[in-house]
Amino acid sequence: MSQYKVVHYINQFFGQVGSEEMADYPAEKREGPVGPGIAFTMAFGDQAVITATIVCGDSWYNENLDLAKKTVLDMVREEKPDLFIAGPAFNAGRYGVACGSIADAVQTELGIPAVTGMYVENPGADMYREKVYIVATGDNAAGMRRVVPVMAGLGLKLVKRQEIGASIEEGYLPNGVRKNFFDQKRGSLRAIEMLLNKLHDKPFVTEYPMPSYDRVPPGPAIRDLSRASIALVTSGGIVPKGNPDHIESSSATRYGSYHIAGVDDLTSETYETAHGGYDPVYANQDADRIVPVDVLRQFEKEGKIGKLHDWFYSTVGNGTSVASSKRFAMEITEKLLAQGVDAVILTST
Amino acid sequence: MKLELGYIDIHGIRFGDRNAVEDGILILNPGPLIEQVLADPHIRQAHLEIANPGESIRITPVKDVIEPRVKVEGPGGIFPGMVSKVDTVGSGRTHILRGMALVTVGRIVGFQEGIIDMTGPGADYTPFSKLHNLVLVMEPADGISPHDYEKAARMAGLQLAVTLGELARDLTPDETEVFKTPRIAETFDAALRGLPRVGYVMMLQSQGLLHDTYVYGVDAKRTLSTIIRPTELMDGAIVSGNCVSACDKNTTYHHLNNPVIRDLLDQHGKTLNFVGMIITNETVYLSDKVRSSDWTAEMAEYLPFDGAIISQEGFGNPDTDLIMNCTKLEKKGIKTVVITDEYAGPDGKSQSLADADALVNAVVSTGNANMPIVLPPMDRVIGTLDYVDTIAGGHDGSLRADGSIEAELQVITGATNELGYNRLSAR
Repeated sequence: MSQYKVVHYINQFFGQVGSEEMADYPAEKREGPVGPGIAFTMAFGDQAVITATIVCGDSWYNENLDLAKKTVLDMVREEKPDLFIAGPAFNAGRYGVACGSIADAVQTELGIPAVTGMYVENPGADMYREKVYIVATGDNAAGMRRVVPVMAGLGLKLVKRQEIGASIEEGYLPNGVRKNFFDQKRGSLRAIEMLLNKLHDKPFVTEYPMPSYDRVPPGPAIRDLSRASIALVTSGGIVPKGNPDHIESSSATRYGSYHIAGVDDLTSETYETAHGGYDPVYANQDADRIVPVDVLRQFEKEGKIGKLHDWFYSTVGNGTSVASSKRFAMEITEKLLAQGVDAVILTST
Repeated sequence: MKLELGYIDIHGIRFGDRNAVEDGILILNPGPLIEQVLADPHIRQAHLEIANPGESIRITPVKDVIEPRVKVEGPGGIFPGMVSKVDTVGSGRTHILRGMALVTVGRIVGFQEGIIDMTGPGADYTPFSKLHNLVLVMEPADGISPHDYEKAARMAGLQLAVTLGELARDLTPDETEVFKTPRIAETFDAALRGLPRVGYVMMLQSQGLLHDTYVYGVDAKRTLSTIIRPTELMDGAIVSGNCVSACDKNTTYHHLNNPVIRDLLDQHGKTLNFVGMIITNETVYLSDKVRSSDWTAEMAEYLPFDGAIISQEGFGNPDTDLIMNCTKLEKKGIKTVVITDEYAGPDGKSQSLADADALVNAVVSTGNANMPIVLPPMDRVIGTLDYVDTIAGGHDGSLRADGSIEAELQVITGATNELGYNRLSAR
């Protein structure tokens, strides 16, 4: 059985060059495993072998970032490894940043899977957790024996292109990608345990940390509505009958733009809703209830507004991801700006 | 209030010439049962099918799942205000046909009906793949409105479940369990002193057609937040209006077997003092949301709770109700844990809830409903595959030529249940 080839990156301390006073030590490639590499060799068993170890001073890497990255990448490239391991760096800040930086570079520039490990409060963790798998470690090297098998196991899974489970199963720091898994206990029991911990002021870990939402300040008011071109944009799913763009009833991946020049009224014969998240009966009876074309036409005739824009934009805001919504909004906004629209009435359901 | 549940274990269902339970087998004569369903002129056609665990069967579009029960002793009957007369239930004795369910299926009303696979990867995500299912497949009368059709299908299921439950009336249970809920005064007993006073805030979906829940026959969107004894739910005081996406709707089966209630009752007097529960709706109007959450927080303080578990139903718009309930309790010093599912996008990279607040710092996640899943073809389909592309979680092309389905987890009935019925979670 052929073994996977691994290159291991460690700092001057773990490379037994010296501690802080040797942090300027330039990158150097040695054959075979060094320091913690011995533990990795045991963890890999007969599945993988460390062919080379790169030892690099933390200051040298961080103070010569471009040169250091290029130097180390060249060393890795020569070895043609299947997997790259960096660290673990525990709570050593510059070592953590170097590990994250070089692991990320190896993945993106050489296309070789990489794993590193560090303590959650290591500055490298927040910088790189969404880019590379960072196995969670304790804050000092006493945890080496526990963390090495986790890093080795995750690395082998990556090399074999096996499905990577949720962070809590695999032991990596949450990386912004939510993954499903079957917990040991059902949700109601987990809730009770979490509540009891919270009530007794014991530590507990939320299963979903609250995100911080961006708040968008409203635009300045339109000074003269009688000259303004007003567009209608909705997340209420109003579409021409038959839903020509096949907008999904939930988790929409697209939006539609529909021409309404000359249309005074949206009727049950011509429009309907594709939205799966509310009672569709009243929207289907009269889609103006969601996209008020009838009232705006009247305003247009009365001169209250300058013009109702010739197109309305529609999607389904039902379980639709924030990422998709952002994309739709960017695209729709660009089109509206290009078409000289002054203001938008956004209707939701 | 004390309720004894007697379980009659069902190990199989077959059709025969009589209705009876014999040696754990439910024998049914379908003719008269179907006649009962067709007594409602809104239903044009109906038939029954059987689906057992492990069989290569796909059931869709699933509306509701109901466990047959019968009230043997004590006031009232199962599904008070819906099928039985209005009377306060939750005490005495109730018999249950355990290990089976009645599943109602029929042409789609909205977008929310779901899928139950009895085997394969989909079966892992729904608790109903582990039950012997009697499936009632219905065809609506021509030209009836969606509201009339939904009501007819809902009532047909509840009534048939009550008919089936009657078969358990005179049987000797295989197992019994006793549940006691204290009066408020009793929660101050010396024996409970020192245990945290824990309450349960149960949010009921009530946004309109296919997003409704009924409490003693009352549409929950016309209710104010109120207290209810936990054992009342075990007799069907709350039933599903077949709501929201299949994955996170509370079916009537879930209401009857609410896991938060069961686990809190189990811990009562041991690690906590289960003071009581509040039910509160999730409506579409801001003023209703404010009123319902204000009322919930006031009641939680009045009872009082030291801490509360809050379960959501549905997603998106009700996320706002969830955040209001949670933050208003927290601001009163009542510590909370919320149970919700996530809509983090198929790639898991998006924000999971439509609303957020830093006070919501203890969340139990029941999984990302947007997770893509491939369901292999099954030998038999009960119902129809006609709507797979349009149900919530499906997309154009979800149903492939070979009968397999590529969709989001959302399509599977009960997959991300927010009562915490399953072990599924996400990180």
